[in-house]
Amino acid sequence: MTTKTKITKAELTRQFQTFIDPDWVITDDETMRPYECDGLSMYRELPLLVVLPETVAQVQRIMRICNEHQVPVVARGAGTGLSAGAMPHKEGVLLSMAKFNRILNIDPLARTARLQPGVRNLAISEEAAQYGLYYGPDPSSQIACTIGGNVAENSGGVHCLKYGLTTHNLHRVEMVTAEGQLMVIGSEGLDTCGMDLLALITGSEGLLGVVTEVTVKLLPRPEVAQVVMAGFDNVQTAGDAVGTIIANGIIPAGLEMMDSHAIIAADDFAQAGYPRDARALLLCEVDGTEEEVHEHIAQTEALFRKLGATSVRTSRSEEERELLWKGRKCAFPAVGRISPDYYCMDGTIPRRHLAHVLAEMETMSEKFGLRVANVFHAGDGNLHPLILFDANIPGEFERAEAFGSSILRLCVDVGGCITGEHGVGIEKVRQMAIQFNDEELQQFHDVKNAFDPAGILNPGKGVPTLRFCQEYRSLEYKLHTHELVDVAHG
Amino acid sequence: MADISRQLQEQVLHASNSGQKLNITGGNTKAFMGRKADTTANILDVSEHTGIVDYQPVELVLTVRAGTRVQDIETELAEHHQTLHFEPPQIRTNTTIGGTLACNLSGPSRPWAGSVRDQVLGIRLLNGKGEHLRFGGQVMKNVAGYDVSRLQAGAMGTLGVITEISLKVMPKPAASMTLIQDMDINEVIHYMNSRAAEPKPITAACWVDGKVYLRLAGARSAVEATADKWSGKVMENGDALWRSVQDMKHEFFSDSDTPLWRFSVSSTATNPDIDGQWFIDWAGAQRWFQGAGQLNDMEPLAQAMGGQVSLFKGGDRSGDVMHRQPDALKAIQRRIKSAFDPEGIFNPGRLYSWL
Repeated sequence: MTTKTKITKAELTRQFQTFIDPDWVITDDETMRPYECDGLSMYRELPLLVVLPETVAQVQRIMRICNEHQVPVVARGAGTGLSAGAMPHKEGVLLSMAKFNRILNIDPLARTARLQPGVRNLAISEEAAQYGLYYGPDPSSQIACTIGGNVAENSGGVHCLKYGLTTHNLHRVEMVTAEGQLMVIGSEGLDTCGMDLLALITGSEGLLGVVTEVTVKLLPRPEVAQVVMAGFDNVQTAGDAVGTIIANGIIPAGLEMMDSHAIIAADDFAQAGYPRDARALLLCEVDGTEEEVHEHIAQTEALFRKLGATSVRTSRSEEERELLWKGRKCAFPAVGRISPDYYCMDGTIPRRHLAHVLAEMETMSEKFGLRVANVFHAGDGNLHPLILFDANIPGEFERAEAFGSSILRLCVDVGGCITGEHGVGIEKVRQMAIQFNDEELQQFHDVKNAFDPAGILNPGKGVPTLRFCQEYRSLEYKLHTHELVDVAHG
Repeated sequence: MADISRQLQEQVLHASNSGQKLNITGGNTKAFMGRKADTTANILDVSEHTGIVDYQPVELVLTVRAGTRVQDIETELAEHHQTLHFEPPQIRTNTTIGGTLACNLSGPSRPWAGSVRDQVLGIRLLNGKGEHLRFGGQVMKNVAGYDVSRLQAGAMGTLGVITEISLKVMPKPAASMTLIQDMDINEVIHYMNSRAAEPKPITAACWVDGKVYLRLAGARSAVEATADKWSGKVMENGDALWRSVQDMKHEFFSDSDTPLWRFSVSSTATNPDIDGQWFIDWAGAQRWFQGAGQLNDMEPLAQAMGGQVSLFKGGDRSGDVMHRQPDALKAIQRRIKSAFDPEGIFNPGRLYSWL
């Protein structure tokens, strides 16, 4: 049992410096500043101190000391997360895993890569390319984000429908627990005996342990990939087209949709030649052997035409394929150009409700007085509404947050969920109360308690306290009833 | 088609209040797996909790009650040219989807298509307090909360009663073809892995009795072009072979007297030279071994192969039958068990003596 003994910042620093290079124990505000937030920069906090260990043994000692004194620990990879999951705790240690950046081994025959957690997602595929292999999950932040962070968030990307999320592409994880114990979870095989702890750890947002090594699966790089771009004059038709492609037995490698706001912003930015008058744009990528791609591209083009596409264009070269993707990949910065700030949401819905959800969002957009552009992983139902606002105008961020919250509620109402790939973090901890009831949330707390009895890992994130939920639900209820009144009177 | 979740919940509540243990059973087709069931426990029968709750072919999502037979699911999916991509073994026709998830059983396509655990999107679960909980969702991506759904795979019912499962389903491949050729066991590991590293539509690879079998499936043109390029003869009734492997009805599995061991190991590991018969599946990642032996002797072999071993069928089932766990993992699984089942009522001792 641990007993709480207060420890001062000076004493904690002194203890860390006995086994960590003093340069890597950062305690001054100025040097700690870059760590104050992750990719969701509206949420900021300075930690007590920042520490950058270089060995697993050091991570274990840090955890033992923090556990003994009940000092919160927030682990951090590249800090590209979009739910403030890596935002520091003001009374805690920010544990940066940046120094664990080595690719330990690539086994081309077994198609696996053994990695330190700070290895960047894209670096894995770059290193594996010499063997004709690559790593499947490709979140938009893949240039910067790390595999340790990917495990923590169960990251996806545009290729999930066919190649899965992080959880589908792991063999083995080494992890240090809150109590400082090193655990090996998984194996070089495809499963292990007992409970599937690998599944439980993946996507646990740094609440159950600190990942210190990861072994991932690698895939053979497809011979060919081609993309078909299709414009539609309404969202419903485009949404139906997605379903029809899939119902015809084609599983696209990527299937993305953009609404008219996103089309114009992206085309202005990338000059990709998008149909600017379209209400919805689909990008459907097919990969595989030459024969397979040839066969499926022809079917896809024909289906899009038959289903009422107003324009259909297929990439005929790698350059053209990259150009067509460029607009989509730059959609976030492109939207950033048309607005001082934007807030990226991450709900999922059953695809059949797409038109309804987009129409509702338009109504909300008017109600909140904020524009919204939509980028959508259409294949797997993951929406990324980008709410445009100006943080310099008092009250606009709060309105953007309220708008975002209404979108997430809508996602749950149609049978979806509050986060597809960005995680809960701090950002969506309130909305957990919409998706889960108290008994379910308590079960999550019990799981957390099994791993981290003192509750030092990433406290306040991921799962809300039950008291907080009751307050939030009653507030939501009041807001919701007021909304209805407003609509009735409007 | 019946929803008996209320009755199930009452039985769990009763057990929880009276200290009665429960052995969860579906089609009772996998009674041979795990350790011997506790004879003092009552049976909690989920097999009447059946029916498809929701199936949206264009969404690729199926939600079913856990007692639903795999056979019935396959029939329904086939009408829409879809399938359970992980090829669940139907040991008998009354195999249920709940038992399949609890035991984490997947067929020959597993290295390419993923396992049953990989296809799970969400579940409903009765925990040891009799609370009927919902985790995950009915959409492809859901990262809110811990992944309690996939945690059930291989837990053999020790954490609760799975009552409902949402699964990702996939289109049936348009065409398939099986290539067969003679090959020595010493060459086959390298051969299967080399083929798996090529960007071709390979969806199964096994070796038994001096022959290697590769299945190609997908767009017809791709399957035919690859079959032309690769060595091996096209097998007449390839699909029947894979069905027999999937359902463990292949001749190899017919010997019921000798213990059957399952090695889940690195696909490239060298096969150990021990007395007995081998069936190599999953391009080397799952290896069945029929032969006498003790778990004590098998574990070091499996570890040297980068994985684990279990006594799948037969042999002495009063001791441990699953690869034993290091202390740290044992401790955490005990704590997780009590987080879900504080009174320890579900499937006592079935997975491990200490669970």
